[in-house]
Amino acid sequence: MNTLVLQTQKVSLFYGERQALFDISLDVPKHSVVALIGPSGCGKTSYLRLFNRMNDLISNTSVTGGVYFHDQNIYAKSVDVVKLRRKIGMVFQKTNPFPKSMFDNVAYGPRAHGVFYKNKLQEIVERSLKQAALWDEVKDHLYESALTLSGGQQQRLCIARTLAVEPEVILMDEPASALDPISTQKIEELILQLKQKYTIVIVTHNLQQAARISDYTAFFYLGEMIECEKTEVMFTNPKMKRTQDYVTGRFG
Amino acid sequence: MALQVLLFKEFTKKMQFNFYTFKKVEEKIALVILSGITFFILFVLGALIYFLFKNGIHVFSVEFFTQFPRAGMTEGGIFPAMVGTCYLTLGAIVVSMPLGILTAIYLEEYARPGWWLNLTYLAINNLAGVPSIVFGLFGLALFVKYFEFQTSILSGALTLACLVLPIIIRASQEAISQVGQELRHGALALGTTRWYMIRTVVLPQAWPGILTGNIISVGRAAGETAAILFTAVAYFYPKLPTSLLEPVMALPYHLYVIATSGLDLDKTRPLAYGTALVLILLVLMINAVATVVRARHHLKMEKI
Ligand SMILES: Nc1ncnc2c1ncn2[C@@H]1O[C@H](COP(=O)(O)OP(=O)(O)OP(=O)(O)O)[C@@H](O)[C@H]1O
Ligand SMILES: [Mg+2]
Repeated sequence: MNTLVLQTQKVSLFYGERQALFDISLDVPKHSVVALIGPSGCGKTSYLRLFNRMNDLISNTSVTGGVYFHDQNIYAKSVDVVKLRRKIGMVFQKTNPFPKSMFDNVAYGPRAHGVFYKNKLQEIVERSLKQAALWDEVKDHLYESALTLSGGQQQRLCIARTLAVEPEVILMDEPASALDPISTQKIEELILQLKQKYTIVIVTHNLQQAARISDYTAFFYLGEMIECEKTEVMFTNPKMKRTQDYVTGRFG
Repeated sequence: MALQVLLFKEFTKKMQFNFYTFKKVEEKIALVILSGITFFILFVLGALIYFLFKNGIHVFSVEFFTQFPRAGMTEGGIFPAMVGTCYLTLGAIVVSMPLGILTAIYLEEYARPGWWLNLTYLAINNLAGVPSIVFGLFGLALFVKYFEFQTSILSGALTLACLVLPIIIRASQEAISQVGQELRHGALALGTTRWYMIRTVVLPQAWPGILTGNIISVGRAAGETAAILFTAVAYFYPKLPTSLLEPVMALPYHLYVIATSGLDLDKTRPLAYGTALVLILLVLMINAVATVVRARHHLKMEKI
């Protein structure tokens, strides 16, 4: 039996009065990839943001139920959110490189956590960029602004930026939605490789992608989790009619 | 029935035609009015500067900029007033800039929305609208009398600082709120503290905007008369101040004095025009610096 890294128990999320998530329970085992799928607006991003408490930054949100990271309820008062976010990294749906050089982007996290030696930073930056399959494209102009990169390159830079902190879990919100097929393939290979070391929760609109890279797939619909299964089962023999309709493309 | 449909179609076509010509005329009228007003404003400023130049430029001389007023202010220069205005403005900005920027950071980045924040905004907006003479009286009561700083650079600078503080806060807030939310979230998601995020992501981005706002408020402070009337200025002070607790002369007040209460108004008039010209050139210069700072930032952003 795998140990659980992340777990939610009957979690509900409210934006003000409006409920966006309804009683969601889900387990994320160590070194696995869990894909969240579902139509637009069903709450995938909202759910993902529970794990690193990004929803705290939106005023008027409230959470009920439990969200656990290694059996620790991360919504408990004693939890240090800053430390938590170091361990649970996030790649955003909308690319958001800082208006700094590429080097400074990737080195941002390590610097924030007290790494100042130039050599050490260089080593981290190179490793992270290689992991994110961006190194070859940018190694000659690391000190140019990150905003000169294309959208897809920017997204990989953001992935590298997250990897540079060496978190335990990586939350990815449609990391490949702005990428061409080749970069997408690179990202998928990257995810499969990262799985050895990290635990990954990924939101994707691309069902084939979910099928290719994930161990478990959860289907969201209107703020509820309809079904969560091993990915093979989900795409071949789902229990629920709605899931079947969605994965076979009958609605969406 | 068919006829009705036909008529209706005809009618709507006509309506549409009228509608579009109407829109076009409307557009023309709007353009004429808007550009007219803009040119009018330019004209007023141009006329003002021309008028001052015509009447004031001939008093410009080395003596005018380096000497004390002489012979009942009918001769000599405005040197001490220029120095005094510099001291007062610098003092005001040194005090209000850090206070204003830190307040703006707090309001934009830390304060939670709610009645407390609304009340603070209300206070700041009202403070920005308070007439400067009221600030002057406030400075008189608090700094001159209560703290016993007397009529001095210190009292005047602090009063001016109060006066420009709301302007600085609002300009800084504006600049800070321009920074994209997704950048803040990106930094926080890497496990940084809020302050580190502000220092490394928000402020570098917002800095040029903050600076521009601050420079413009320098212009405001430099031209202010009422706020320093009871708190800092002397009608005539025969030497340059050597400490913060001495009074000074200042350009706007000096202008007021030589324009209204000289011994021989006809003789002081050219000097008054000259002083006014210096004052307005000073303000224009400060605004030009602000424009350059902003333009350079835009250039930099485009390159990035
Ligand atoms: N900041 C917010 N304030 C209020 N409501 C929000 C906010 N963010 C999301 N919502 C609402 O929560 C619901 C779920 O949104 P969410 O962004 O989680 O969907 P999603 O599944 O990620 O969609 P997409 O696939 O389009 O990214 C939506 O109805 C949305 O309107
Ligand atoms: Mg989303």
